[in-house]
Amino acid sequence: MSSTAPTSPQPSPTPERAGAPAALSDVTASDGALRRFLHGLPGVDAVGLEARAASLGTRSIKTTAKAYAIDLAISMVDLTTLEGADTPGKVRALGAKAVRPDPTDRTAPATAAVCVYPDMVAAAKEAVAGSAVKVASVATAFPAGRAPLAVKLADVREAVAAGADEIDMVIDRGAFLAGNYRKVFDEITAVKEACGASARLKVIFETGELSTYDNIRRASWLGMLAGADFIKTSTGKVAVNATPANTLLMLEAVRDFRAQTGVQVGVKPAGGIRTTKDAVKFLVLVNETVGEDWLDNHWFRFGASSLLNDLLMQRQKLATGRYSGPDYVTVD
Amino acid sequence: MSEKTDKNAKTGTADGAGRRLSVFKTYKLYVGGKFPRSESGRVYEVTDSEGHWLANAPLSSRKDARDAVVAARKAFGGWAGATAYNRGQVLYRVAEMLEGRREQFAAEVADAEGLSRDEAATQVDAAVDRWVWYAGWTDKIAQIVGGGNPVAGPFFNLSSPEPTGVVAVLAPQESSFLGLVSVLAPVIATGNTAVVIASERAPLPALSLGEVLATSDVPGGVVNVLSGRTAEIAAPLAAHQDVNAIDLAGAGEALAKELEIAAADNLKRVLRPQPVDDWAATPGTERMTAFLETKTVWHPTGSLGASGSAY
Repeated sequence: MSSTAPTSPQPSPTPERAGAPAALSDVTASDGALRRFLHGLPGVDAVGLEARAASLGTRSIKTTAKAYAIDLAISMVDLTTLEGADTPGKVRALGAKAVRPDPTDRTAPATAAVCVYPDMVAAAKEAVAGSAVKVASVATAFPAGRAPLAVKLADVREAVAAGADEIDMVIDRGAFLAGNYRKVFDEITAVKEACGASARLKVIFETGELSTYDNIRRASWLGMLAGADFIKTSTGKVAVNATPANTLLMLEAVRDFRAQTGVQVGVKPAGGIRTTKDAVKFLVLVNETVGEDWLDNHWFRFGASSLLNDLLMQRQKLATGRYSGPDYVTVD
Repeated sequence: MSEKTDKNAKTGTADGAGRRLSVFKTYKLYVGGKFPRSESGRVYEVTDSEGHWLANAPLSSRKDARDAVVAARKAFGGWAGATAYNRGQVLYRVAEMLEGRREQFAAEVADAEGLSRDEAATQVDAAVDRWVWYAGWTDKIAQIVGGGNPVAGPFFNLSSPEPTGVVAVLAPQESSFLGLVSVLAPVIATGNTAVVIASERAPLPALSLGEVLATSDVPGGVVNVLSGRTAEIAAPLAAHQDVNAIDLAGAGEALAKELEIAAADNLKRVLRPQPVDDWAATPGTERMTAFLETKTVWHPTGSLGASGSAY
């Protein structure tokens, strides 16, 4: 891994790497080998996957465990604003909220990062200066990813130069669905290189556009082989975003990848996670699938905007015993 | 429940020539325009005035109350923003729908309150008329509690009533239907949204009213009906930071005091329980004005010049 969060532990050895790790270097040697490897991955049992995700969603998390889960979830939020109408003022407000989510309660942890478009990175950087909150920037012609590689790389370099700590790239779904895995692989490698040593790379698959669980599994492995530091479900701009099932599938992929290569990769479900209950379900998935090593904002994130307010309201409820309301959190 | 159902099934069809199984109604809550069971999965037995089993009603938990408040808050903007005329039409529609189910409500009220069919029908008629009465008030209340204020300066100064927000309503315990309508209609007539706790002993007419509201153009979430132990559901509602007012009509003296203390925390408007001898009497406007706030705006009149107006 190239960057290290000052407050987060490094639970596993994460060797420096460029491109595919040594254990799997042969599968990325040629287009044919890559295709054979990805199509050789075992098929996903869709019914079993969804049943497993649903059954883990029934766990009852209460009292002190709930308080722990809420604080953990807050510390994992990538507070996101990705609108055409974003202004520097809005980004500053978001930054202030990320650093101190609940101004009435200083014990509330800060969020992991703010996530903005590349041209807002400088404003975001300024807003979170002096805190541990990172600035993530989407890049590579987010959200469609339909731009020439040179434009995508320029997008990434601009964001990194402006100080982004993390880059959220989108893969070329068109190439992926057409079976042109090598193109997707090369693009991710190129973007990883453009990120340099200072920025961690999150790779967005847009699972809602990949149609099948098999494709999500292939995309996960493809992303990890190409050097992703994080794999991320979606942009939040399509109808189907993060679901417990597709996140579970990606968690299984990072677990298996670490078992084979020793390299740990983070997971970030994004879009559609709005309530504390949903967030806690995802944390249960993490704990039961990949274990405590991933229960840290260095390895697991929530891409969300409205989730934070619900987490804060639940936190206030636990602290005071009274149900809180939207009047007691900021309007974003 | 199955034991009781069987017993009723037998007695219910014994005199019929063609024997058929009784179809019993599952009473459910009305929250956010939907009919959920209690989140807790609990029910309690509802009996008539002589103690015979009538049905099982959902025994709501504090989480049902929380969900109802979320639904009411979500519905508030649209309902408060609807024109007063439109709200009047919707309330009148409720009366129309109720009229069509008069027999059903008369039977439920008769069972719940131990009245004869005629007495119960009178109550239901009065409740229908009550909806019509409040439907007429929606676009008239502003004229009697708002208006232009005379000020010493070149300004218009206008006061207009605005709805308070989400109102928790503890329906009267004794008058299960007319009493309920008499406390609910004024709350929503002025643009508030309501979370109603039905009469604990006789919740069935209130739960059936949910079915009427769902088919009367009342947007989902404007009225939410919960049944269960009044004290259990009212406590979290009184302390809830996102509830703006509470009507304690159905609370006993000790409970009312306790709830008023809890409600003070976020400065809720509290309407204390008042003794009502006859729910059928003309109610006056107090129940509407209790949940209104006054907004006053100053508007400069500017120079009027040659028009000669001498405001």
